[in-house]
Amino acid sequence: MFDGLTGRLGDIFDRLRRRGALTEEDVGAALREVRVALLEADVALPVVKSFINGVKEKAVGQEVLRSITPGQMVIKIVHDHLVEMLGEQNEGINLNAEAPVPVLMLGLQGSGKTTSTAKIACLLKTREKKKVLMASLDTRRPAAQEQLRVLGEQVDVATLPIVPGEDPVTIAQRAMRVGRLEGYDVVMLDTAGRLAIDEELMDEVVRIRDVTKPVESLLVVDAMTGQDAVTVATNFNDKVGVTGIVMTRIDGDARGGAALSMRQITGRPIKLLGTGEKIDALEAFHPDRIAGRILGMGDVLSLVEKAAETIDREEAEKLAAKMEKGNFDLDDMLSQLRQIRKMGGMGGMLSMLPGVGKIKDQLSKANIDERMLKRQEAIITSMTQKERRDIKLLNASRRRRIALGSGTTVADVNRLLKQYQDMADMMRKFKKLGKKGLMRQGLSALMPKGR
Amino acid sequence: MFDWIKRKKPAAEAPAAPPTPETPVAVEPVAQPEQLAPEPLAPEQPAPVAVEAPPAPVVPKSALVLDAAPVAPVEEAPQGGWLSRLRRGLSKSTSRLTDGIGGIFTKRKLDDETLEELEELLIQADLGPAMAARVTGDLAKSRFGKEISPDEVKRFLADEIAKVLVPVAQPLVLDGNHKPHVVLVVGVNGTGKTTTIGKYARELRAAGKTVWLAAGDTFRAAAVSQLQIWGERTGAPVIAKETGADAAGLAYEALEKARAAGADVLLIDTAGRLQNKQGLMDELRKIVRVIKKVDPTAPHTTLLTLDATTGQNAHSQVEVFKEMVSVNGLILTKLDGSARGGVLVSLAQKFGLPVHAIGVGEGIDDLRPFDAQSFAASLVGLDEGR
Repeated sequence: MFDGLTGRLGDIFDRLRRRGALTEEDVGAALREVRVALLEADVALPVVKSFINGVKEKAVGQEVLRSITPGQMVIKIVHDHLVEMLGEQNEGINLNAEAPVPVLMLGLQGSGKTTSTAKIACLLKTREKKKVLMASLDTRRPAAQEQLRVLGEQVDVATLPIVPGEDPVTIAQRAMRVGRLEGYDVVMLDTAGRLAIDEELMDEVVRIRDVTKPVESLLVVDAMTGQDAVTVATNFNDKVGVTGIVMTRIDGDARGGAALSMRQITGRPIKLLGTGEKIDALEAFHPDRIAGRILGMGDVLSLVEKAAETIDREEAEKLAAKMEKGNFDLDDMLSQLRQIRKMGGMGGMLSMLPGVGKIKDQLSKANIDERMLKRQEAIITSMTQKERRDIKLLNASRRRRIALGSGTTVADVNRLLKQYQDMADMMRKFKKLGKKGLMRQGLSALMPKGR
Repeated sequence: MFDWIKRKKPAAEAPAAPPTPETPVAVEPVAQPEQLAPEPLAPEQPAPVAVEAPPAPVVPKSALVLDAAPVAPVEEAPQGGWLSRLRRGLSKSTSRLTDGIGGIFTKRKLDDETLEELEELLIQADLGPAMAARVTGDLAKSRFGKEISPDEVKRFLADEIAKVLVPVAQPLVLDGNHKPHVVLVVGVNGTGKTTTIGKYARELRAAGKTVWLAAGDTFRAAAVSQLQIWGERTGAPVIAKETGADAAGLAYEALEKARAAGADVLLIDTAGRLQNKQGLMDELRKIVRVIKKVDPTAPHTTLLTLDATTGQNAHSQVEVFKEMVSVNGLILTKLDGSARGGVLVSLAQKFGLPVHAIGVGEGIDDLRPFDAQSFAASLVGLDEGR
């Protein structure tokens, strides 16, 4: 239902390309699509409007009119403007204060405060070597305090002992006292979820703020949040004061427009992203990635970065050198296969590439599973070194042996060889493109073609 | 109050009947009040938001009120009753829109500019750009260029929206033939599954049903304890295992036990999961598969909880959960906040899944029947009573 912006703009820009030049109406038409794309990505309306105005100012003018591919130019302007509005990258948690540093966690019910509290505590403990104390001030939801205690045990971070019947403000005071007496560096205060319009509970959190004087007040926001982001951001910021934002469930398939709304309305940086249920699934914020996601342009950068993390540099260079010479052998294919698996398999990778929605659908229809990669690995490893370097050696009987050795069929072996051939051809074609082009194309060439 | 869990009696079938949307008063689902009225914690009632309703909220002039019980005095819940809380919440959330519409029209001609502003107001209620355009388009078709007052506009919009919602506003009907009637509750993390189960258990218990709970969220820390506390509050036995146990195995065991005990209803909680996590969705399918080994017709109801705060991603949630585990009912939670859950309108149009109830707070009595007219009215800020 929600096409990415690139898809939406495709038609308009196809038309533009043929005409050559970009008029003001064209920019207008494109921006209408941008507006819809942003709204569908759940960016709050007031933010969308100011965004569109900003882009219009930049887009209408000679810069675009003179450019050779106006479509790409507009997309670039939109993207850059979005990155700019999303703000600085990765500001980190501010701990510049006298220990124990109080950190207050705020948010609606079910936004992921408790999990985020434990994740941040774990991060501070392992990366910054801080001694952290966590305290749950959630006396409302059944077993909420228990939840934090269990999480504390899991990540080996101390939690304030639970005293039944104690009210949140008292717990906060006790947490700070314990923090001081027992020499903690940081005290994380996990508050109960509250509605931004619940005056009583907002007053309570203001009292908590006043008795603890937190250095950081982090607003935890679900990436799926819709237009209500405006109210949430405004109320929490006006009443309690927010110093930073934590976006959770960014691993879902929501486009995350709330990030832009939050950032714009509070003027506060997005500090961290929750990327999964595991306790270490917490990442620094990168505006360009979220921008691509909001626009539906895929998370190219994340992919590249992830690839960079996993792919052995040396190996990649060796591979690139080989490719340049045009002798890409099965050993190289094997190492590529392994890298793909390391990167989280086809599904994980595809979801990060732009414009692959369709391919993904086809893939799921074709019912191709990850095990295929493993099988292909098995086939290659069942070959001798000589065979891997020169596939011409592979006659029928060798193929039978390989199939037997890898627990597959001769047809599977043939299919792999065909795929290798396709890849090798492709590699030769992309010889001139340099390393980057090679890598991207190399990966996509690995994708099985219609079985 | 209990109307959305009405028993399967011929008489009770009425509420589902789709009325002609132009005449909101046509919804005549008069429930059996005698069955419910004496219940002490029962009878608050949804705001009577029929278009013509006068401010006084306790006059059930509106036919939309499902339980026509004479209920005014019983409303003093600890925090001032859900109605006042709801009103408080909704007035906050609707005031922006209401002011907005009022601001646009102090009797003026319906022109392009006005329509655009109107469309934007609907977008801000999370209706989504497409639905907002459709609704305002309808308005333009019939009234373009004419003088129109803010009230007329609101009424028109509310009616248009209600048209879409009325067919899905259906109470959850328990099938007495199943012992127990198995209700599986699924949804994304933090949408309110466990809380909804707690509140639902309370309603069922108050209606005299025996209810068993299965603590199927074996993943999140302390989720089991959370449900156990709800079990104590509602007097429902809870089948639980330690965190990390196999949820499907637990569901199986719970169904066997509940069946042996002759329970009326079994509510199965599940761990929250994002719909794009294939592995977790497969796990959910396994739960369904395993339940079917005990009772091939179960789960009889699969409820998806949706958070009203959620924007357009709700589409993806409904689509995937429906495909994976055949969700056949929705519950919209957290409607007491400033979020208005307008995405429900396009969901209703696209999927047509019944909306059984709404959650309006964390209290044990904060589960309400879903009323299309009043929901539509609240979306456009049309309830004088609030």
